[in-house]
Amino acid sequence: MYTERVMDHFMNPRNMGEIPDADGVGTVGNPVCGDLMTVYIKVKDNRLKDVKFKTFGCGAAIATSSMITELAKGKTLEEGLKITRVDVADNLGGLPPVKMHCSNLAADALHSAIEDFKKKELKK
Amino acid sequence: MRRVYMDHAAGMPIDPRVFEVMKLYSLKSYGNPSSSHSFGVSAKSVLSESRERVASLIGAEKPTEVIFTSGGTESNNLAIKGVAYRNKDKGNHIITTAIEHISIINICKHLQKQGFQVSRIPVDNQGLVDPKKLKDEITDKTILISVMYANGEIGTTQPIREIGKIAHESQINFHVDAVAAAGKVPINAEEENIDLLSISSNDMYGPKGMGALYIKKGTRVQPVVQGGGQERGLRSGTENIPGIVGMGKAAEIAQEEMEAEGKHLTKLRDTLIQGVLDTIGSSHLNGHPTNRLPNNANLRFSYIEGESLILGLDMVGVQVSSGSACTSKTLEPSHVLLAMGLAHEEAHGSLVFTMGKQNSEEDVEYVLEVLPGVVKRLREISPLTPKEMLR
Repeated sequence: MYTERVMDHFMNPRNMGEIPDADGVGTVGNPVCGDLMTVYIKVKDNRLKDVKFKTFGCGAAIATSSMITELAKGKTLEEGLKITRVDVADNLGGLPPVKMHCSNLAADALHSAIEDFKKKELKK
Repeated sequence: MRRVYMDHAAGMPIDPRVFEVMKLYSLKSYGNPSSSHSFGVSAKSVLSESRERVASLIGAEKPTEVIFTSGGTESNNLAIKGVAYRNKDKGNHIITTAIEHISIINICKHLQKQGFQVSRIPVDNQGLVDPKKLKDEITDKTILISVMYANGEIGTTQPIREIGKIAHESQINFHVDAVAAAGKVPINAEEENIDLLSISSNDMYGPKGMGALYIKKGTRVQPVVQGGGQERGLRSGTENIPGIVGMGKAAEIAQEEMEAEGKHLTKLRDTLIQGVLDTIGSSHLNGHPTNRLPNNANLRFSYIEGESLILGLDMVGVQVSSGSACTSKTLEPSHVLLAMGLAHEEAHGSLVFTMGKQNSEEDVEYVLEVLPGVVKRLREISPLTPKEMLR
């Protein structure tokens, strides 16, 4: 059902964990639906210096969270905002069609973390 | 790596003794029971022997009360639609429960569109139907009560005899979906006041694509499949002799070995349940602790999701199921767990272990060895896990 890439990221998730002093935090999904993910970012000179995640959900939810951290790390905030759900799925060698909607939320979580950072910056 | 298959509710191996008789009737004795020559006579005789074996397993008074079908779903269709259509001059009300198999649910929805009324009795937090609540739903329009013998997902077995008595006091047909129970627990259709009983062959180590419906003599049922009038006109179509012989053999073996098998499985089940509850924090048993199928352990783990548990266990050689939304076609968590009052997030974290006769104590030990690690890893990834649990 899942590609080898998905299973690899599920079994060996990259950048899993929290960033206690994160500059931005984005949470999407809902435990009621079965998927909840939080993405933490550290920003330096407009770049995503560090990206970490924590996820409750199925194999696809965990693998997409892991993948988004790899795709986003080192990118500028603008580049980060351009990463789409399709990019995440493509880099995992594809996802089962039913998972494209319900569990492929990692890009949304990243965008939400970047927006959170921007909001905090404005307040400074 | 050790391989421990504990998903027998989803699919079972065929018993080698069953396979042997099926081979014979596929390759050498391939006659049609309707033919007058010796090949036909041989097929007819084995058809009636197989019917006797199935009748004996479920306590039917006469073998002719057993109709062979293509499986549990077809048996349920014939039972529910057959009784509803045939008795619609008497009434249009059907009583069933909130935890039935998806086939019963969808057959009832189909009938509702045609003007039938359906009442669904709730269950308590252990999955038990309250016969009193069921009795309260009976009206003078009620023509059928359908309650499953045991639920294959949570394992809970129902007070069938008592419900049957209630049905008969009001002269209402009583159907029991015994697909998950047949061959695992003793059933006596006659004594338990059952008029119609669905069973499936693969759920007792017989071939897939085979089932049967017990229809007590005198029960008015309209056929769903029309054709050449086989199976007393109730299920037309040339008999699947290899399948029927296989199911008959499986029924015979199940009857002979049920008691020993039940003891073996109950021991494994209870070791697994106790072991998990003792070693894994925030784990819970779903379903009834004692009124349950001998081979079923349904366990729930807080803060994590069932499909990721299935994948994690599969990577270490253990195959199980889950009531999580991610593993269902509807993307909704199990209706059975929700009917028991579990919150969606609780239902998502459930695992169903269904054991079979080839499972051993070593298999259970292996599961108890690897499961805590799989749960712990996923809890470390989950944002819902309380921090103190990870220390």
